[in-house]
Amino acid sequence: MKRWPWLWLSMLAVLAVGLVGAAKVKKLARNAAKKVYVAPGEYDEFYAFLSGGFNGQIGVYGLPSGRLLKIVPVFAVNPENGWGYSEETKPMLMTSQGFIPWDDTHHPELSQTDGVPDGRWLFINANNTPRIARIDLGTFHTAEIIEIPNSGGNHPSPFTTQNTEYVVAGTRFSVPIPQRDMPIANYKGNFKGTFTFVKVDSKTGEMSIAFQILVPGFDYDLAHCGKGPSHGWCFFSMYNSEESHTFLERNASQKDKDYIAAVNWKRAEECLKEGKGEKMKTVYYHNYWDEERMMAVSEKKTSVTILKPGKCEGLVYYIPTPKSPHGVDVDPSGEYIVPGGKLSSTISVFSFSKMLNAIKNKQFAGDAYGIPVLKYEAVLHKEVPNLCLGPLHNEFDTRGNVYTSCFISSEIVKWRYKEGTIVDRIPVYYSIGHLMIPGGDSRKPWDKYVVALNKITKDRFLPTGPELAQSAQLIDITGKKMEMLLDFPTMGEPHYAQGIKADLVLKRQVKIYRLENNHHPFAVKSPAETKVTRKGRRVDVQMIAIRTHFTPDNIEGIRVGDTVYFHVTNLEQDWDIPHGFAVYGAKNTNILIMPGQTLTLKWVPKSPGVYPFYCTDFCSALHQEMQGYVRVSPRNARVKLSWAGAGL
Amino acid sequence: MRKIWMMGVVLLAFWVARGTAEETKVHPPYKGKGVGPVDTLVLADTINPEMAKKGAEIFKLKCSACHALDKRVVGPPLDGVTQRVRPEWIMNMILNPQEMLQKDSLAQALLGQYYVPMTPQNLTREEARAVLEFFRQNDAEKTPKNAD
Repeated sequence: MKRWPWLWLSMLAVLAVGLVGAAKVKKLARNAAKKVYVAPGEYDEFYAFLSGGFNGQIGVYGLPSGRLLKIVPVFAVNPENGWGYSEETKPMLMTSQGFIPWDDTHHPELSQTDGVPDGRWLFINANNTPRIARIDLGTFHTAEIIEIPNSGGNHPSPFTTQNTEYVVAGTRFSVPIPQRDMPIANYKGNFKGTFTFVKVDSKTGEMSIAFQILVPGFDYDLAHCGKGPSHGWCFFSMYNSEESHTFLERNASQKDKDYIAAVNWKRAEECLKEGKGEKMKTVYYHNYWDEERMMAVSEKKTSVTILKPGKCEGLVYYIPTPKSPHGVDVDPSGEYIVPGGKLSSTISVFSFSKMLNAIKNKQFAGDAYGIPVLKYEAVLHKEVPNLCLGPLHNEFDTRGNVYTSCFISSEIVKWRYKEGTIVDRIPVYYSIGHLMIPGGDSRKPWDKYVVALNKITKDRFLPTGPELAQSAQLIDITGKKMEMLLDFPTMGEPHYAQGIKADLVLKRQVKIYRLENNHHPFAVKSPAETKVTRKGRRVDVQMIAIRTHFTPDNIEGIRVGDTVYFHVTNLEQDWDIPHGFAVYGAKNTNILIMPGQTLTLKWVPKSPGVYPFYCTDFCSALHQEMQGYVRVSPRNARVKLSWAGAGL
Repeated sequence: MRKIWMMGVVLLAFWVARGTAEETKVHPPYKGKGVGPVDTLVLADTINPEMAKKGAEIFKLKCSACHALDKRVVGPPLDGVTQRVRPEWIMNMILNPQEMLQKDSLAQALLGQYYVPMTPQNLTREEARAVLEFFRQNDAEKTPKNAD
């Protein structure tokens, strides 16, 4: 020790530095932990709605904690609560292609009033079999689904106008319109796209297709509508102006510039008034939840109104945009349009007022199938070079910054879109797709956090084999530098997301369905009303569930060959007391009935016997006792229909 | 002391629950008014038959899944209930069961005996009052006049 004092000293120094460094990291982690900590029993500040992507649903999370609060079933059947399994909900998934049990959801969009999310409804698109759904944020229940005809790949959807006058849809995959048999090689000039404007009733939220604009067969990718001065316009980005039909990876990436389509929907309204729309025969479904009868209704529609840009001057313009742009986002003021360059590391910020001038002064650089192409320089506000690799999407704060997700370089870049200067970068793990600031696509962002929705998870969480949850990250954006706060796993693959201050949704919450408003045709509200009736081979069981029994709970006189419908009314009027119902061998196994609700389970018994049924949701201390039996006799038996139970 | 008192409440609960008409005359009723919107209730000596009839209908619709008059279903039989507890307590138990189960000792003792909590059925005050009138009529009919 005496011989090597310097060695010992230096080792001590290294240790000291290490300890200080570790303490610093710990302190940082502590600060971040404080910012995302929501104490037991307390609420998160924001609701976040993340699309489930290939699970077809919407995930509801609390921010800043990142806690999963609910999966709202939308475009896929959901065993957790019987969505698409109960007879009442099956019609919601009807389409022109029949019953579709599983689709791909992409972009949640909150309804807006005056350009600000209002907490009334949430819309989301089905990408594969084109549809738009509306979720009621009082009940977190899908209230309506409308199919979009004349479409393939409903990707640029369902972005809203400033007062939710419309939500839009568009064709990522152009198709023959109307659909017909033809060689794929004849794509060019023959395949078409559509922009669909779905009218939303301002009081009820009810959706109807107002009109479809027939456009050239490019791949329309994403959209956002204008606000403030640009209210009245919607913008659709696109790739494949090459109109390739094969090996798009290369063939659709040849040109220097593709387009953003600027659509003047107020002009469309004028043209429709002038009778310039054409009725076209088609088939699509409109499914809605009848609140009073507590069941879905499915309607088949047979015509839409088509508008052709050639017959309505000033309806659509193309803005040249480098290079296969992905997102197209409008800043809170409504003046700046910021695309995601995707294959271009230079971002072109466009000016809405310049665009209007260019239109006025006819500064065109030709046309595409008769649609005027505006001069790039005439619309350009600023080019921002070397932003990042693979810029995809943009969200805004209130301080003149835009946050861009960069897929290839795996980062979020914060930059000033008016000045074109880069402010900050933060790495994200890994390969970010979308990003979301609550209200970040509206006129008034709640600009406290940005959520990174990453496409690749790899090693971020305890591994779960080859298939992993997706990885989201919460980043504080209140300071000069962005600060990473939290990783949290998300279900399915969140494409876009929306966030809103919780109180706007909290105040609308429905806790129970009031029994007096339940007009389900098979509802019964007291034991005396319960009954079992036979019509030929159909048997309807009208039963009640209340802690902790079913009435009736003994049923006899069912025969093999019967189809039995159990209509179960949950008599509870207390928040969060659902009852479940399952009967041996039922193909859909189980329904989950909310307080005051009636749901129906279909059952076709296969052979004689006595079969148990029971409640599947732990509801009281005597939940295990919440059970009963159905006796099934041979087809030719003469057992009389009878039933018994508490209160009878 | 507290234990003895609690035992008393439990015993009382058993008795309230058992509640056959002939036994109600000898025991003093539970004194508590319970917790809830009904503080003081002034009742007429006579029964309002119309109100009682309405109460019977409401009882059938909203209560009969768990209660009968003369036997236990899920909750206690309700014959003689107006002699076992105060009218305010009955109405508070109908209108405000969740808070009653948190704060009222008899309500808690009953839960301890029956295991299934009394569930709110969203009755209006007027409806709860009608149900009370139905109980009063039922008890008047079933209890001999010279009970005490």
